[in-house]
Amino acid sequence: MRNQDTHPARTAWLVVAGLLAFMLLLAGCGSSGNSTTGKELTKVGKGEGQLSLISWAGYVESPWTKPFEQKTGCKVNDKVAGTSDEMVQLMRSGQYDGVSASGNASARLVDGGNVAPVNVSLVPNYKTIFPDLKNQPYNTFNGVHYGIPHGRGANLLMWNPNDVKPAPTSWDVMLNPKLAAKYKGKISAYDDPIYIADAAVYLKAHQPNLKIENPYELNETQFNAAVNLLKEQRPYVGEYWSEATKQVAAFAGGDDQVGTTWQYQYFLLKGEGQKVAASPASQGFLPKEGATGWSDTWMISSKAKHPNCMYEWMNWIVSPKVNAEVAEFFGEAPAQSLACEQTKEKNFCAKYHADNPAFWKRVYYWETPVSECGNGQNNCKNYNDWVQAWTSIKG
Amino acid sequence: MSRRLAGFFYGRPRLQVGALLAGPVGWLVVGYLGSLAVLLVAAFWTVDPLSGVVVHNLSLENFKTLIDEPVYRDIVGRTVLIAALVTLTDAVLAFPIAFYMAKVASRRGKALLVVAVLLPLWSSYLVKVYSWRTMLSAGGVINWALAPLGLHGPGFGNTAVWLVMSYLWLPYMVLPIYAGLERIPNSLISASEDLGASPFTTFRRVILPLAFPAVVAGSIFTFALTLGDYITPRLVSNSQFIGNAIFNNITNNQPLASALALVPIVVMIAYLLVARKLGAFEHI
Repeated sequence: MRNQDTHPARTAWLVVAGLLAFMLLLAGCGSSGNSTTGKELTKVGKGEGQLSLISWAGYVESPWTKPFEQKTGCKVNDKVAGTSDEMVQLMRSGQYDGVSASGNASARLVDGGNVAPVNVSLVPNYKTIFPDLKNQPYNTFNGVHYGIPHGRGANLLMWNPNDVKPAPTSWDVMLNPKLAAKYKGKISAYDDPIYIADAAVYLKAHQPNLKIENPYELNETQFNAAVNLLKEQRPYVGEYWSEATKQVAAFAGGDDQVGTTWQYQYFLLKGEGQKVAASPASQGFLPKEGATGWSDTWMISSKAKHPNCMYEWMNWIVSPKVNAEVAEFFGEAPAQSLACEQTKEKNFCAKYHADNPAFWKRVYYWETPVSECGNGQNNCKNYNDWVQAWTSIKG
Repeated sequence: MSRRLAGFFYGRPRLQVGALLAGPVGWLVVGYLGSLAVLLVAAFWTVDPLSGVVVHNLSLENFKTLIDEPVYRDIVGRTVLIAALVTLTDAVLAFPIAFYMAKVASRRGKALLVVAVLLPLWSSYLVKVYSWRTMLSAGGVINWALAPLGLHGPGFGNTAVWLVMSYLWLPYMVLPIYAGLERIPNSLISASEDLGASPFTTFRRVILPLAFPAVVAGSIFTFALTLGDYITPRLVSNSQFIGNAIFNNITNNQPLASALALVPIVVMIAYLLVARKLGAFEHI
């Protein structure tokens, strides 16, 4: 039907005016400053019957949630997040009780007032967690505990021994442009702003005049050096991976020959009989510069509607048997020292170096880059700068 | 109650129409234009650099970033270029198929071809992109087939994105052109031939002008779909497209993501204005 009698111009103006009014209303509504720091619990009471979690894929699975539900009466609803950024975003919605946050999310959650301190005395299994996971900068802020360690992993250097000879002992095989050129289009790098820290770890060892202390606390000069290194690496990268399956397929299909990986992919490919290798025991299982890694922490929301269930969950997930189950399912080192006696694969903890503090000493766990450098100075690049730089590295 | 209601509406045609349309129009305004308005407003907000919490003060900072940072210009340029290439490729591929379907094929053949064009739409988008990923990989079927000729497939990259997108959106180009050609009376083609026009002249002077609005309609689909896609670039290349840049920013800098999301909208408006100038909407 054609409308000939009305004034289309007037109608259009009305619509525009309405939209503008709506926009102004919205802009007016939202004033910031709603960061409430929740209080920590003093006593775990009766469960509220429900529990909403955000987790990495594989952390909340029925073999250990079913018995948890039976024991506590807390029904578990889990939302799987793909990246740390997504976790932060979801936690800000305030609809979840807890999250399995990696170190590159935890400081953001604490700063944003999205998570509450955790009273570790209410989590009996906390006592036997590996001591080198406690009081770390990504789970303890100003001496206050903000979570229960869940498990950890390191980013290994993996290569195909048929193509990459001699066996590399350093990250320079993929970060030194002269050496990387040899594997042009066959290099596999991690697709996340936090990968800039890998370049910083490399520079820390190779350019001491930059004086890099912590690869997550970089001032302008140090940061630019790391970013430029990755820009030089960019033309040689075959693929940036974010999903583990994508990298597994790329190594199996011959698209990638050398790259940074998680222990999970390495053991998976090895198990499939693919030709892959990683740093041997004689080199401490890591390239000589050390490596980045991650350590995950269960944190409780400052707006948790089911805090009692969340405390029950934090204790449950680090109980020896469950923590062993999760670690084997996911492919990471368990946080619970007693879990090593419970794993199905007898040498699992040894394989993942769970009880080997010397290994983890050389691992720089992911942290959220913030402006405060830790040395009292305020001139470090924050996470937003890292994201912008990452966008420009990828081009 | 229902009687009273019926009585109330009786003889009030405007109210009747109003009540009938309130639902859909309300949905359109609140759910559709409303969310667009929110997007627009969010583009003027900023993010507190320390906590990453959104600050609700109006500023033009995000647009400044988009203009000042060369990487965003590259991303927009790359996305628009690939979208244009995909549109062109699909138009060239779709026209003969649509013409055969509309004017040459038998009834049975026509039905079969429509099904053949629609068939890929019945399978999942991800399955299709992953199949292309497998085919394009170093040990994939494309390299295998080209090896005897001493050639190499494109591998992963912008060429791969162009190939996969052209494949994905082809049906969206074929169907509108088919519908457009179907509406051209055969008598016009016969008349042109009777008047001594060569097949090429008939195509150029009769068929193409009449089918042009349909091509533009199809191109709006292929162009807009390519502008908005971010999964294909992620799976078959390392390149960033507008969608990837939005995805990267959405969680920690939502205002910048909103500003980026306005770019495809602006590009599409410009595209539609040009299409109107070309007379694409005159026969609708």
